[in-house]
Amino acid sequence: MNLEEYKGVYVFAQQVDNEISSIAFELLGKAKDLAKDLNTEVTAMLLGSGIKGLADQLAEYGADKVIVVDDPELKDYRTEPYAHALASIINQYKPEIVLVGATAIGRDLGPRVSARVATGLTADCTVLEIGDFPLQAMPGQEQLHNQLLMTRPAFGGNTIATIACPYNRPQMATVRAGVMQKIDPIKGAKAVVEEFNPGFTPDNKYVEILDIVKSVVDTVDIMDAKILVSGGRGVGSPENFKLLEDLAEVLGGTVSCSRAVVDSGWKPKDLQVGQTGKTVRPNVYFAIGISGAIQHVAGMEESDIIIAINKDADAPIFDVADYGIVGDLNKIVPKLTEALKAEIAASK
Amino acid sequence: MKIVVCVKQVPDTKGGVKFNPDGTLDRGAMLTIMNPDDKAGLEAALRLKDQYGAEVTVVTMGLPKAEEVLREAMAMGADKGVLVTDRVLGGADTWATSTTLAGAIRNLDYDLIITGRQAIDGDTAQVGPQISEHLNIPVISYAQDIKIEGDSVIVERQYEDRYHVVKAKMPCLITALSELNEPRYMTPGGIFDAYKADITVWGRADLKDVDDANLGLKGSPTKIAKASDKVRKGAGEKVTLDPDEAVSYIVDKLKVKHVI
Amino acid sequence: MDFTLSKEHEMARSLFKEFAEKEVKPLAQEVDETETFPRATVEKMAKLGFLGIPVPKEYGGQGCDPLTYAMCVEELSKVCGTTGVIVSAHTSLCCDPILTYGTEEQKQKYLIPLAKGEKLGAFGLTEPGAGTDAQGQQTKAVLDGDEWVLNGSKCFITNGKEADVYVIFAITGTVEKRGRMTKEISAFIVEKGTPGFTFGTKEKKMGIRGSSTYELIFTDCRIPKENLLGQKGKGFNIAMHTLDGGRIGIASQALGLAEGALETTIEYVKERKQFGRAIGAFQNTQFQLADMATKVEAAQLLVYKAAMAKATQKVYSVEAAKAKLYAAEVAMEVTTKAVQLHGGYGYIREYEVERMMRDAKITEIYEGTSEVQRMVISGALLK
Repeated sequence: MNLEEYKGVYVFAQQVDNEISSIAFELLGKAKDLAKDLNTEVTAMLLGSGIKGLADQLAEYGADKVIVVDDPELKDYRTEPYAHALASIINQYKPEIVLVGATAIGRDLGPRVSARVATGLTADCTVLEIGDFPLQAMPGQEQLHNQLLMTRPAFGGNTIATIACPYNRPQMATVRAGVMQKIDPIKGAKAVVEEFNPGFTPDNKYVEILDIVKSVVDTVDIMDAKILVSGGRGVGSPENFKLLEDLAEVLGGTVSCSRAVVDSGWKPKDLQVGQTGKTVRPNVYFAIGISGAIQHVAGMEESDIIIAINKDADAPIFDVADYGIVGDLNKIVPKLTEALKAEIAASK
Repeated sequence: MKIVVCVKQVPDTKGGVKFNPDGTLDRGAMLTIMNPDDKAGLEAALRLKDQYGAEVTVVTMGLPKAEEVLREAMAMGADKGVLVTDRVLGGADTWATSTTLAGAIRNLDYDLIITGRQAIDGDTAQVGPQISEHLNIPVISYAQDIKIEGDSVIVERQYEDRYHVVKAKMPCLITALSELNEPRYMTPGGIFDAYKADITVWGRADLKDVDDANLGLKGSPTKIAKASDKVRKGAGEKVTLDPDEAVSYIVDKLKVKHVI
Repeated sequence: MDFTLSKEHEMARSLFKEFAEKEVKPLAQEVDETETFPRATVEKMAKLGFLGIPVPKEYGGQGCDPLTYAMCVEELSKVCGTTGVIVSAHTSLCCDPILTYGTEEQKQKYLIPLAKGEKLGAFGLTEPGAGTDAQGQQTKAVLDGDEWVLNGSKCFITNGKEADVYVIFAITGTVEKRGRMTKEISAFIVEKGTPGFTFGTKEKKMGIRGSSTYELIFTDCRIPKENLLGQKGKGFNIAMHTLDGGRIGIASQALGLAEGALETTIEYVKERKQFGRAIGAFQNTQFQLADMATKVEAAQLLVYKAAMAKATQKVYSVEAAKAKLYAAEVAMEVTTKAVQLHGGYGYIREYEVERMMRDAKITEIYEGTSEVQRMVISGALLK
């Protein structure tokens, strides 16, 4: 493998139902930074059926070039045709870096493709940067420059590791949703669009989709919320979440929760913040009756402002809270809701 | 039907995490459990065994100590255990691990391979799909329900906002979610029987169609540049106030930060 | 001498511990508060083979040793004394005598469903006038054709009314012994639902309140002739030998209660603050805990030794008596100290040490009071 042949930062532009997923734009934002450091271009790989028209959107979010594979085999996500298409692009175009969202699709596609093109893959990255490997020069080992350094939490958020893929190309990473910043879209931006046909020959690996069942619950995605009012086991009961819902309503926010709440069956899983739930970074995060287990903190510590209310003065949530109030949530939260109502009414 | 289940012995993250000087995990120094998603995969296999009749073989790669998870799996009802252990396999990333496990599985008969979605130590979710690629069989990740129909499996494959009902011809690999089921307990008698049973131990020489260049730390494309305990942002203010004071405190802060 | 447990035993302990934490502990307070027999837990234990641990596999059991069984009762009792005694009474007092003295037919008919947990067992020896003095029995059994006819009553019967199979002791005649007429006692197997077999009132107890304790009443209760357990007239020996095994179960229960109280207290003293520091930082607390832990471990060694003796010796009365005597007294002492270290909170129902202290008391009383254990031990010394 001649590593020098591999050029450019490539992004898997995930679409579902011919709508580009938010993660694709986030990846483009990051790819632009990396491409700048490497003095190269950003290429989006757009796979699907009847999706050519989506290329302009990718351009607006930072793609210099879009490779389109448009084929009926790619209508709904299936591992094999997607892996075949992506691996074929990689073999043909030889990118230096390939970024894939750490979604239910990307975490299936990424490993399958990395195994096919025989390179390493670092999962669920939260930080990507260009640097040296090893980080410090070491005697007897050549220090390589312009490497992709991929940082990710492991062990339920207990540790972080920075990983490199120095001797194989492309350097592949899946990236956690909600972590990278999209750029402000540049209206009217255009990218070079190139169609690519890897040829599809269905075999036993082309599984059959018998049915697609969409969740009927139409809830706000907590990852998009600017203000989250999050409750833990300390809220006491599912009924008592009403207090949090009232507060969220006044502030135009959304209710989320800790794993303990989901485990107790009080709230659905899609409202769960944390290592095994969603990573959120709202402007304001209220942690109410949440003790702050490490796996929860891993999902919310990037929030701009964290306000914690807990009766236990030693709760670990206070170690990450900007403003921590030791007290009874049952007394404080209703009063806070009323006070904010009054404030907001007064300012109108 | 023959089912192979891959399980991993993982550190119980409640007990804290320790590293070797080279940045790899010091697995010997931590308490261990069977990885939860793998346990769900094993339970899924045992239910298929209960329902359709099957021979369940559990495979693990790890230190000799990893034999314990095989005994545990057998005490739950698995029929056979295979331990893949060899000094040259140590320090493997997901690529080298999947290469190794595929090399071991090539020696076995299987209709179905079940792995957990991901391990709680690495959280990568890569080894299952990569094994399927090495063995050139279909993969269905994130299974929330598994049924057998003739020579095919019918699986509910979970996504963020939907699930697909997917049909694949066996042999096939499925990755299981811990939400898939509630794993059964061992039985006391099963534990004693499991310790009487023979466990197959394979080393490097027993792996089929595997290149040395793809094994262990050396065969791992990804390299750890740095590993450490997570550095957290420091604590802010902490105050103990009566409810009315607490309310004005929060309102003030929200004003200062222009939230309201 | 090697004090380390085998890997099998370690794994079995982890199983019992996980089950106790997940399935038993969440119900313990409610079971106590509402005096409800934990039927659902018993069914779960049945499915996992916990109701036939020391019974051979050919009789539907798990084929494990008495130590594994003792560890099961211990781990259950750490979180719920009620659940511990249900398993102990069923296994030691009902399965064990049928296994030891039963005919092949009796084993097929009764032991297999008992060991599989399809049926629950109980044991009826105690009568209002015959506690420690087992010779004071009044219940009579008379052979009438092909049936035994039972008349009398038994009291304080654990698993009463909930159990399906009862090992019952009754007088079947008198014999001359060293020139004195003594009662001849025999053992019987009686099924729930047999006409003439009814239940009196449910006892309201200080502790182990979820266990079902009833009076059993026999009024012209006719059971088949073949339900005589062991030889006619050997009932007293059967009862005493059965209780030797039972005492290992109760000793394990007492041990579990002491361990549970100790563990709970260790957590509590780390968190509870007085005078600005955790109460665990005070030397009084530390020394109390040191004494508690030492006694708990000593009790564990005695209990495990007795369990091993049951596996390897024909007679293990003294080992069982010492284990029960010591473990029960340690349970009472440790739970009492645990309440004290919890202060006012220890006296409140919400804190589990309150329940543990109430549960512990019975271990000094049933299946032979501490005084009876001392009689057994000293009797062997002065023989």
